[in-house]
Amino acid sequence: MNQTIVVERTSVGAVAVLKPRGDIDMARAPFVRQAITLVVRDRPPKLVIDLSEVAYMDSSGIATLVEALQVSLRNKITLVLVGINPRVQSAFEITKLVGMFTVKASLAEAMAN
Amino acid sequence: MTPEPDISIRIFSEPQLLASIRSLIDTLATGLGFFEKNRCLMSLAIDEALSNVIRHGYEGRRDGMIWIHIWRVAEPRGLRFVIEDLARKVDPAKIKGRHLADVRPGGLGVHIIKETMNEATWEARPDGGMRLTLVKRLTDEERQAIESASQGNASQ
Repeated sequence: MNQTIVVERTSVGAVAVLKPRGDIDMARAPFVRQAITLVVRDRPPKLVIDLSEVAYMDSSGIATLVEALQVSLRNKITLVLVGINPRVQSAFEITKLVGMFTVKASLAEAMAN
Repeated sequence: MTPEPDISIRIFSEPQLLASIRSLIDTLATGLGFFEKNRCLMSLAIDEALSNVIRHGYEGRRDGMIWIHIWRVAEPRGLRFVIEDLARKVDPAKIKGRHLADVRPGGLGVHIIKETMNEATWEARPDGGMRLTLVKRLTDEERQAIESASQGNASQ
């Protein structure tokens, strides 16, 4: 059984974009955390996490994003989430943490200043 | 006497098995008439319960046993889950969701379980380990949707 998750990393100008592909649960959240840590080391001005290929996220995934937000704030990186589907949105809503994040509907919107 | 469960599964405490359990619950809940949002939240709550057993009960060990028993319940219709393990015992009084104003990773699982399920009861098993009983019932809206669909079928 595949425990890993592909986290695609691209850059658009100075903006770093991470796109995990697959469920983010207890087994896979550490891989996403590792990818975020590597991007943050490069100190991009903005980090966009594209969740459009994430069908499911549990509290491990949400905790990973909370950590990403905290480390981004410390490093003066603007963190933007994009492409949250309704199922993932439900998980965010129940934890009442969605308001902490900057969330945009599309990648183009997330890229805009 | 409690009737036999409709489904009983024993899994090892391996995180990669959780996706299969989520699929099973989603399929079962679809058949009972739960709306997508509630199916998703119920799968999430069970996933969180199992993750907690793996992370805190078995402390990440992958060879622990977890039993999942599922009953379809009537009046009001829904699902009842009993999750049992042989992991370290936890005082049920100490199982609390953290305050959400305390923004930090972790500790969200119990909050999700309590918010999602109609009933959530943790208890120590007499033979060792813990037992978590969870119940999720259809909402009024879901029941009405089922009634409307069955009236529509009857009139055809």
